[in-house]
Amino acid sequence: MVAFIVRRALFGILVLWIISVVVFVMFFVAPHDVARLLAGRQANAAEIEAIRRNLGLNRPILDQYISWVSKLVHGDLGYSYRGSVPVRDLLASRLPVTASLAFGAAILWLLIGVGAGVLAAVRPRKLADRVVTFAALFFYSMPTFLLGLLLLYFAFYKLYTAGLPLFPGGGYVNFTENPIGWTDHLILPWFTLALVTAAVYSRLTRATMLDALGEDYIRTARSKGISEWRVIFRHALRSALTPVVTQFGIDLGALLGGAIVTENVFGLPGLGQLAVQSIFDQNLPVIIGIVVVASLFIVVANMGVDLVYAFLDPRVRLT
Amino acid sequence: MSINPGVVSQRSAIRATEATDLEELGEAAAEIQGRSPWQLAWARLRQDRVAIGSSVVIILITLAAILAPLIARLVGHGLGDQYPYTALNGYGLPVGPSRTFLFGADDLGRDVLVRVAYGARVSLIAGVVASGLAVIVGGVVGMVAGYFGTVVDTALSRFMDVILSFPLLLFAIALVSIVGPSLGVTILVIAFFSWAVVGRIIRGQTLSLREKEFVEAARSLGASDLRIMFVDILPNLVAPLLVYTTLLIPASIVFEATLSFLGLGVVPPTPSWGNMLSDAEAYYKVAWWFIIFPGGALLLTTLAFNLLGDSVRDALDPRYARLFKA
Repeated sequence: MVAFIVRRALFGILVLWIISVVVFVMFFVAPHDVARLLAGRQANAAEIEAIRRNLGLNRPILDQYISWVSKLVHGDLGYSYRGSVPVRDLLASRLPVTASLAFGAAILWLLIGVGAGVLAAVRPRKLADRVVTFAALFFYSMPTFLLGLLLLYFAFYKLYTAGLPLFPGGGYVNFTENPIGWTDHLILPWFTLALVTAAVYSRLTRATMLDALGEDYIRTARSKGISEWRVIFRHALRSALTPVVTQFGIDLGALLGGAIVTENVFGLPGLGQLAVQSIFDQNLPVIIGIVVVASLFIVVANMGVDLVYAFLDPRVRLT
Repeated sequence: MSINPGVVSQRSAIRATEATDLEELGEAAAEIQGRSPWQLAWARLRQDRVAIGSSVVIILITLAAILAPLIARLVGHGLGDQYPYTALNGYGLPVGPSRTFLFGADDLGRDVLVRVAYGARVSLIAGVVASGLAVIVGGVVGMVAGYFGTVVDTALSRFMDVILSFPLLLFAIALVSIVGPSLGVTILVIAFFSWAVVGRIIRGQTLSLREKEFVEAARSLGASDLRIMFVDILPNLVAPLLVYTTLLIPASIVFEATLSFLGLGVVPPTPSWGNMLSDAEAYYKVAWWFIIFPGGALLLTTLAFNLLGDSVRDALDPRYARLFKA
C-alpha cells in the first residue's frame, strides 16, 4: 500500500510538472508578444519594453521558467490587471462559490446516478428500468448550458409567472450569511451540473450491479435468509461501486468544466465566471492562476480517488 | 429490442435438420450462404428500429445543413438580413413563431429558422471533422503504443494519462484566449482533447491482437512492422474505431456548442447553435422560441448520434454491453 501511494504521488507530481510546462509554453513562449498583450492597445514602445524587463521576458527561457515556477510554489500568482488585486486573493474569494457548486453537484450526481442504476438493475427490463434508461440517454445527450437555460425558463421563470417563485433566477448568497438562501440559490445549478453526469453513472451502476447480482456469493447471501435490501446494498453494491469510483476520478475534470458553464448560466460569482470574464478582459495572470489552481485540484483529487479505489479493491495495489 | 443476429441462416439450419432426405439436405445446405461479419452487422443494423430512426434524423439534419440557402430562399429571409418592422414588435422585442417567421425572430430581427438551418452546418462540420481527427490520431498513437510495447508503450501511455488528467474545458478556453476564437481553432482544440480516449482503447485492443497467430504468420513471412500494423491489425480495429467515431461526434458537437455559448467558439454573425443560445440567454423570459428551436435542434442531433452509436456498437459486436438499451 505504501509503495502504491508513493508511486501514485510521483505520477501526480509528474502531471503537475508537465502542466506547468504546458501552461508556461502556452502563455509565455507561444508565438505572440506577451508584453505587448499585457501593455494593452495604446502602449508605446518604451512601456512595452518596461513591462518586458519587469516580467523578465528578456532573460533566457529556462531562467524565466524556473523563477515562474518558484513563485508558483510559494503561492505567488501575480496581480490582476483589474484593480491590481493579488490573483491569490481574488481566487480565494471566488473559490467558496465554485466549491459549493461542485461538491453539492457531485453528491447529487452520485446519489441520483447510483440510485437510479440500482433501481434499474434490481428490476431489469421493467418499467423503472426503461424510465431510467430513457432519462439517462436524454440527459447524456443534453449539453449542460442548455439544461441550465431550460431550468431557468421552466423552473424559475414559468413558476415565477405562475405565482410560485420557488427558485431564484440566479445569483449567490454566502452560506455563512444565510444557509437557506444559499441552498435556494444553488438548487437549480446543482441539478444542472448533476443530471448530465448522473446519466453516465446510472448506466454504469446498472451494468455492474447486474453483473454482481448474478454472482454466486449473492445466491449464497440470499440462501442464508438475509433481507433483499441488505443483499442489494451490503453485498452487491459494494463490488459494483469500484468502476463507479474510477469513473468519478475521470469526471472530476468534467465537473470543473461543467462548473464554468453552470456559473455563467446562473450568474454565480465563482472561478468559472471569473475565468470567462478574464478571457474577455485579456487578464492573463488571472487566467493562468485559475488554470494552475484547477489543475492542482484535479491532480490531487485524482490521487484521492485512486487511494479510495485501492482501498475498495485490493488487487489495484499490486499493479 | 434485441435482434436475432442470423435469423435467415438459423431458419435454414432448422429446415436442414428437419430434412430427412439426403437430397433435401443438400439443397438446404446450398441455400445457406456464407456471410462476412460486415454483412451480419449490416443486417442487424437494418432491423434495428432505433438505428433507422436516428439515421433518418441525422440525414434530415444534414439535408437542412446542405440546403440551408434553399430554406432561406423558400421563407424569403436571408441569413444576415434583419427585419426591424416585421420581426420586432412595438417594444423592439422579437416576435414569436408565425406564418412569416416559422421559428420566430431573434433579438436583431433575424429569422431563427434560417439561422438554425445554417447553424447545423457548423455543428456537423465541427462534430465530424473533430472526431475524425481525434480517431485518426488516437488510432495511430494507440496502435503504435500497443504494437511496439516496452518503452514506446510506457511513454505514449503516460502521455495519454497526462492529457486525460487535464481540466479539458479550462485548457480549451485558455488556449482560445491566446489564439483567438474561430471554427478551425475550436475543431483542433476538441480533437486535441479527445484523441487520448480513443488512443487508450485502441492500445488495449492492439496489445491483444499482436499476440494472435495471424500476426505471427505475417511476421514469419517477412512483413515489415508498418505492413503488419496497417494491413493485418488495422482491419481488426475498424469496428471499435467506427463505434468511437459515432460516439465522439455528439460529444464534439456539445463541446463546440459549449465553447460558442461561452463566446469562445464560432464568432458571430456566423450562426452556431451554441452562440444562438448565448444570445438567447438574455431574452429567455420574453422569447422562448429563441431557446427551444436551436436548443431542440442541438439536443435532437446529439440524441440521434448517441442512439446510432449505440446501435452500431451493438450491430458490430453483440457482446458489447449496450449503453442505453435495456
